[in-house]
Amino acid sequence: MELHTVWFVLIAVLWTGYFFLEGFDFGVGILTGVLARDRAEKRVLINTIGPVWDGNEVWLLSAGGATFAAFPDWYATLFSGFYLPLLVILVALIVRGVAFEYRAKRPGEGWQRAWERAIFWASVVPAVLWGVAFANIVHGVRINAHGDYTGGLGGLLGPYALLGGVVTLTLFTFHGAVFVALKTVGDIRVRARRLAGFAGVVAAVAAIAFLLWTQAGTGNGRSLVALVVAVAGLGGALMANARGREGWAFALSGTAIAASVAMLFLALFPEVMPSSLNADWSLTVSNAASSPYTLKIMTWCAGIATPLVLLYQSWTYWVFRKRIGTQHIADTGH
Amino acid sequence: MDMALAPETLARWQFGITTVYHFLFVPLTISLAALTAGLETAWVRTGNEKYLRATKFWGKLFLINIAMGVVTGIVQEFQFGMNWSDYSRFVGDVFGAPLAFEALIAFFFESTFIGLWIFGWDKLPKRLHLATIWMVALGTVLSAYFILAANSWMQHPVGYHINKSTGRAELTDFLAVLTQNTALAQAFHTLAASFLTGGAFMVGIAAYHLARRKHIRVMRTSLRLGLVTVVIAGLLTAVSGDALGKVMFKQQPMKMASAEALWDGQQPAPFSVFAYGDVEKGHNSVAIEVPGLLSFLADDSFHSYVPGINDVNKAEQQRFGPGDYRPNIPVAFWGFRWMIGFGMASFALGAVGLWLTRKRFLLPQWLRTGEDEVPHLVLFRSPLGSRLTAWYWRAAVWTLAFPLIANSWGWIFTETGRQPWAVYGVLQTRQAVSPGVSQGEVLLSMGVFTVLYAILAVIEVRLLATYVKAGPPELTDADLHPPTRIGGDHDDADHDPDRPMAFSY
Repeated sequence: MELHTVWFVLIAVLWTGYFFLEGFDFGVGILTGVLARDRAEKRVLINTIGPVWDGNEVWLLSAGGATFAAFPDWYATLFSGFYLPLLVILVALIVRGVAFEYRAKRPGEGWQRAWERAIFWASVVPAVLWGVAFANIVHGVRINAHGDYTGGLGGLLGPYALLGGVVTLTLFTFHGAVFVALKTVGDIRVRARRLAGFAGVVAAVAAIAFLLWTQAGTGNGRSLVALVVAVAGLGGALMANARGREGWAFALSGTAIAASVAMLFLALFPEVMPSSLNADWSLTVSNAASSPYTLKIMTWCAGIATPLVLLYQSWTYWVFRKRIGTQHIADTGH
Repeated sequence: MDMALAPETLARWQFGITTVYHFLFVPLTISLAALTAGLETAWVRTGNEKYLRATKFWGKLFLINIAMGVVTGIVQEFQFGMNWSDYSRFVGDVFGAPLAFEALIAFFFESTFIGLWIFGWDKLPKRLHLATIWMVALGTVLSAYFILAANSWMQHPVGYHINKSTGRAELTDFLAVLTQNTALAQAFHTLAASFLTGGAFMVGIAAYHLARRKHIRVMRTSLRLGLVTVVIAGLLTAVSGDALGKVMFKQQPMKMASAEALWDGQQPAPFSVFAYGDVEKGHNSVAIEVPGLLSFLADDSFHSYVPGINDVNKAEQQRFGPGDYRPNIPVAFWGFRWMIGFGMASFALGAVGLWLTRKRFLLPQWLRTGEDEVPHLVLFRSPLGSRLTAWYWRAAVWTLAFPLIANSWGWIFTETGRQPWAVYGVLQTRQAVSPGVSQGEVLLSMGVFTVLYAILAVIEVRLLATYVKAGPPELTDADLHPPTRIGGDHDDADHDPDRPMAFSY
């Protein structure tokens, strides 16, 4: 396999890691607004991801940094082109991070409620916008000969892109609910499972429609395989959830997310940012890539660092493996 | 187009605002991580409770601070693509690599182990918990190194060639990018300054409590740790700053000349203490100077020739074609002075404090103090009067943020002093902006970030003040009996499965 193809795969892996991990912590953020019955339950939800959300978010920074290094043109076109949605995502991620850290650092109810609202909205917004962004990447946007996006904000809000946003929102909510069922005890666990059953059906309908639409557009044999895996994952996750097999349900909802991301990347390859104006202006793995020397160095770095990251991040999840409930949250949290 | 609202100007303002703001948190994060780790090490090794209380106190302030550093860092990772897409296209092959290394190696380290440290008090055995904060400290230093190597490449591009067919810079020697003298000197200088920042922060807050005779045991230890840090880091900042100045003189003579408002080359060249000049005419109308000192700073000899702004400008015009290659001279001149002035003022105050609070050295027996006493401030053989003592504590509190000011001006100086270049001698800033991003979009994002950052600054400073005033926490039984197994103990008979977590959000 050529090095730029290797890097296309590695970037797909980094985004998959990001959506798998931050997918459930966006989901948990959304559930603070729809599942929690009182503020104690909100805290239980927030604390299921407390030790790990920051590490999850770094998958995004790595995907961004790796794109910059391996495909500078992709990085330049994507982030300058999707300027306003990205600005909103950045603001949301800033507010969300501060909200987690600062919410419990003052006892006042007004203070805490304000940060709780921030956690909810700053989870909903990026969950939608990432779907919109990725749908646009796969669909192709108005990119000129210089590689610059010229379609304005309106060009990013077509029906396919908006459906993409619905898919990530519902899929992350489902994934988050399954995660909460796996990580909590008591009443909230039961309700999380019930909500997962409902969210999962909505997510499955949206995802299947979106993936079929993608397959009909730019699909190929390999993307069809990923599509089948994604659909099977969703079905399996729903079944496991209904039977109370929480570990399986989480593994399978994660599989569905990973396979959906894989499907999008397979449908995209060998392009990385197709131009809807002129196929010659599309960015591809070969014309957007860095030099072979840079890619070689990056391959060494990623080849050593990524398995290590997986190792110590998995260890973190093992350290915090205990389920939590309202009884585990001290009254004076700070 | 009007230059004041040109996309280049706006994008520069946005980069300046977001980067200077981000860098308020970075040096404190780097130094407080290591200082907190040092205090926790002292707790693990001695079992003395004051060290654990100090760890928890400074650790809390560290966490309030790092939260801001992390979230404002996200913007840094993406704004090259957003506002500087032509820069990204041109240099991504070279500049992207250290950035990706930073994310893959350092950011993962920091963010994963910080989670373990925050939530791990009742989940990890003592030594393992200690290891996690050292991992965080290591991550912060690695992160600084990679990003400074990337910035050094913009100051002095090495290890690359321009690909004729694509017209882009391509990496040829990554090791040269990581180990060139600019990167080494910049990393040394920045890390030393970071510890000066953390040290002064610690001294100021400890002085606040000691002046009120509160939390004496913990604050006494913190004060000494802070003072020692300030003095060592201050010295290293000066030494590394001198080394960096010499590197800069060779690589970016324009920046050195601008820092001194030296219009025309001189041999020997003086160091300017104060200058007021006319940028259009290219000379100073008022100047107070120390003869020969600039020659020494630039080249280690009091007699060397130092080229002036007008000389370098001509030389660069011949080399790169017609144009104005001068940066904003007043900003470079005063930025350089404020950097040195605020940094060294902090160092001086620390050196004085370290002498005044000495424990035994040349200190009469009757002035020595115990663990629970506020140290006397002793100049020679008798303590300072209560008035002078109060003034010293007050000065320490008031100058707590001096290194932050010095850091900011240091960056403003080094970045604006490189203008009009984004990559010195290779790519000009006006060629680096995103052609597809409109003026309105940049204005909007600049406004959004400025307002958001201002609000967060108010929230952060208030929160810090609350926790500073509250002082170190009382220790709980759980604090003193950390688990012996990973994940927490489960096999002891009196274990309560419903016990609250030691820390929760």
